[in-house]
Amino acid sequence: MLSQNTLIRLAPWLVVLFFGLLWEGIVVAFDVPAFLFPSVSSVWHSTVMHWDPIMMHATQTFLTTLAGFAIAVVFGLVVGAAVGSSPIIYKAFYPLLVGFNSIPKVAFVPVLVVWFGIGTIPAILTAFLISFFPVVVNVATGLATLEPEMEDVLRSLGASRLDILKKVGLPRAMPYFFASLKVAITLAFVGSVISETVASNLGIGYLMMAASSSMDMALVFAGLIVIGIMGVAMYELFALVERKLTGWAHRNPNGAM
Amino acid sequence: MDFVRFEDVSLAYQPGSPFAIEDVSLSIRENEFISLVGPSGCGKSTVMKLVTGLKPPSKGYVYVDGREVGGPQKCVGMAFQASNLLPWRTTLQNVMLPMEIVEPYRSTLRAKRAEYEEQARALIKRVGLAGFEDKFPWELSGGMQQRASICRALIHKPRLLMLDEPFGALDAFTREELWCMVRDLWQEEPFTVVLVTHDLREAVFLADTVYVMSKRPGRILVRREIDLPRPRDLDVTYTEPFAAYVHELREHIGHIRES
Repeated sequence: MLSQNTLIRLAPWLVVLFFGLLWEGIVVAFDVPAFLFPSVSSVWHSTVMHWDPIMMHATQTFLTTLAGFAIAVVFGLVVGAAVGSSPIIYKAFYPLLVGFNSIPKVAFVPVLVVWFGIGTIPAILTAFLISFFPVVVNVATGLATLEPEMEDVLRSLGASRLDILKKVGLPRAMPYFFASLKVAITLAFVGSVISETVASNLGIGYLMMAASSSMDMALVFAGLIVIGIMGVAMYELFALVERKLTGWAHRNPNGAM
Repeated sequence: MDFVRFEDVSLAYQPGSPFAIEDVSLSIRENEFISLVGPSGCGKSTVMKLVTGLKPPSKGYVYVDGREVGGPQKCVGMAFQASNLLPWRTTLQNVMLPMEIVEPYRSTLRAKRAEYEEQARALIKRVGLAGFEDKFPWELSGGMQQRASICRALIHKPRLLMLDEPFGALDAFTREELWCMVRDLWQEEPFTVVLVTHDLREAVFLADTVYVMSKRPGRILVRREIDLPRPRDLDVTYTEPFAAYVHELREHIGHIRES
């Protein structure tokens, strides 16, 4: 008999296995043509066959995404700290940020291509543009929701604004910050792949475009699955970092006295 | 010489809005324990903001230690109804927070950290939290959190302690324990205390002088000196004179609420 914990640990794998089997079953049962919807086995077959190019393009996408994500994190922290600690900056910049975030980034890629040419740079920038917003919002929220009493305590001690930011504001915003990283990294993948499909000759996005134009749907699906796996892996990595660094905010209620 | 003096102080939070407190005059001696009581929203917390210099008065003057208050006071410690402990710091680290901000401790912290931590540990022990120095706030009960919060308010040896309903969220037994803790801290090394509270028994038990405030705009209606001998034991709360004080104050509050 499986214990509760083992079951919880196995559950996500079982769900993936279930949908994999369902997918395979449907394709086989209804005899769906491979150029419309390839079976899992043919996707797997294609992955093995094109392993080296897939890895090469995946590495490109991965590094591009990380570069855009890194810029987004730095930018998001700085802007979030500014927006969150000053009501005036908040009022002044928030509409602009929200407006910018509402623009579909795919519409922005042609502009980037005109400015920087096709290739890696528009992909990095698209990843950055699409992923900085949640970081800004979360860091700003973390700072802006500081309890007024805590601020009074510190100000009555003679703390400067910078002291308050360093001692309370930023540590307090960290759980929000790490939560936003998990969202931002998955968005960054979206950004880089969008740009690669439109304007690049490298990366998983390009690989999928090339494959679909030659009706190689198995390879397209292999690309999709590789992106998904990279996204989940990075999400889990940041979830782990979050638990390690801000465990105080995610304590187990049963552990309290 | 009065340590804290209010001269006809009024405060409106926004220019043009009604006063939160109006024409408040009071004076507190050095090392006096005073208590402000009154119905909710009477501006008790406003008085705290004025004394600590977090808000300037709209009219009148506030003096602390003979000087007019113009900006945050550094000789003040504060504790509130919520303990406001930082959840990522242990009890000891929380208590040490003022040492990282207030001079002269701040600039000598690097060199004298061991000495200051020893002081913090000694204070933590005095409030009965020995053994909990390295626990995080969520591992402490509400009463213990409040003890730690009061340690944090006192670690930099302020001459003035402001308590804003610090025991309001605690159960009756814990509350009485904490009364005694504050009483002992104050008796051993006196400092000036302003205690804002709803609890008349608390005010009479702890304070030398109780001020009753009216509804908004808050004014001082009654000033009552409590002539119960010190040190006061919890048993005093069951005596006739104690009950008479509480009863008298209760009547004043009753009149305010009806008016």
